[in-house]
Amino acid sequence: MWVYEKKLQYPVRVSKCDPHMAKLLLEQYGGADGELAAALRYLNQRYTIPDKVIGLLNDIGTEEFAHLEMIATMVYKLTKDATLEQLKAAGLDPHYVNHDRALFYQNAAGDPWTATYIQAKGDPIADLYEDIAAEEKARATYQWLIDMTDDVDLQDSLKFLREREVVHSLRFREAVEILKDDRGTKKFF
Amino acid sequence: MEFSQVRVYHPFVGPFDPCPPILTKTYQTPVQLFIPFQPPNLPQFNPQEALFKGTLWPALYSPYESKWGKEQ
Amino acid sequence: MEQQKPCDPEYYEMLEQLQALDFALVELNLYLDTHPDDLQAIQQFNVLTQERTQLANIFQEKYGPLQGFGRAYSRYPWEWSQTPWPWQV
Repeated sequence: MWVYEKKLQYPVRVSKCDPHMAKLLLEQYGGADGELAAALRYLNQRYTIPDKVIGLLNDIGTEEFAHLEMIATMVYKLTKDATLEQLKAAGLDPHYVNHDRALFYQNAAGDPWTATYIQAKGDPIADLYEDIAAEEKARATYQWLIDMTDDVDLQDSLKFLREREVVHSLRFREAVEILKDDRGTKKFF
Repeated sequence: MEFSQVRVYHPFVGPFDPCPPILTKTYQTPVQLFIPFQPPNLPQFNPQEALFKGTLWPALYSPYESKWGKEQ
Repeated sequence: MEQQKPCDPEYYEMLEQLQALDFALVELNLYLDTHPDDLQAIQQFNVLTQERTQLANIFQEKYGPLQGFGRAYSRYPWEWSQTPWPWQV
C-alpha cells in the first residue's frame, strides 16, 4: 500500500500569473511522457520484471507520483486566481467550458491521457529500454518547458524535475547491466 | 566531469529556405550517457545543495539553461 | 506545546531541511536498489534515516502530522485533514 506524506518533494514556487504556462505544463501531467504515464508504467511493469530490479521500478514509480504532485501544484497555482479573460487569452477557454479550473489528465494540446501511452511487453530488456527512452523523452520535454518560461522560480522547479529524469535514466541503465550479468558479479566500467 | 554536456552542429542552409537560417543548433548529451554503472564512493553534495541540484552526486549533475530570450 | 500556524518563515525553513534530508534518502535508496552491496552507502542511509526521524518528530510537533493512517499522533480536533495541503503553501 501507499501512505501519503503531506509535503512536496521539492519546493514549488511560481512568481508570475501565467495561465498559458499552466496549459503547457499539462504535457507533463497527462501527456505521453508525463509523470502519470511514468508512475503507472513502472508500477505496472514491476510485477513481471526479474526480482533483482523490482525494487528499483517500485521506488522510481513511487517518486514519479511526487513529481506528478509538483506539476499539479504548478498548474493549480498558475490557474486558481486567473480571471476569465486571462484564461481565454491563454487559450484555456475550451478547458474552462469543460472543466472550469479543475485539473484534467490531458496533454498540452488537450488530448486526454490514454493507457496506450505506456508499454508493458513482459520482456525485461524491452521494458527497461522503454523506461530509459521514457526518461529521456521526459527530460527533453522539461527542457522545452524551461525554454518556454522566463519565470526563474518555475524554471528552478522544472530543472529539479529534469535532473531527476537524468538520475532515473542512469538507474534504469544500471538495471539493464544487472540483468546482463549472469554470475552476480558487479562490474564497474 | 568538466566535459561539455552540449553538442553543436551546423545544419545545411538551403537557398530557398523562407526564414532567416538558424546557423548553429545544439542538443544535450547529459552525464548518464557516459556513466554505464555508477562507481561507489563518489563525492557528494551536502543534503541542502543536493536538493537544489536534484542529485546527491556532482558527477550526476546536468545543468540546463532556458533558451527564452537568448536566440540570436 | 501550542501548535504554530504554518506559513511563518520558520515553517518554510524547517520544511526545506526535511525536504533536503528526505531527498538525500531518496537518492541513496535508488542508488542502493542497484548497488545492494555498498556497505558505506547503507551506513549513510541509516544515519540519515535517524536524523530524518528526529527532524520529522519536531516538525510534526509544531505543524501537525506528515503522514496519515496511524503513522503520526493527532491532537484534538483531528489534525490530519486540516489545511494547508502541500499544493496550497
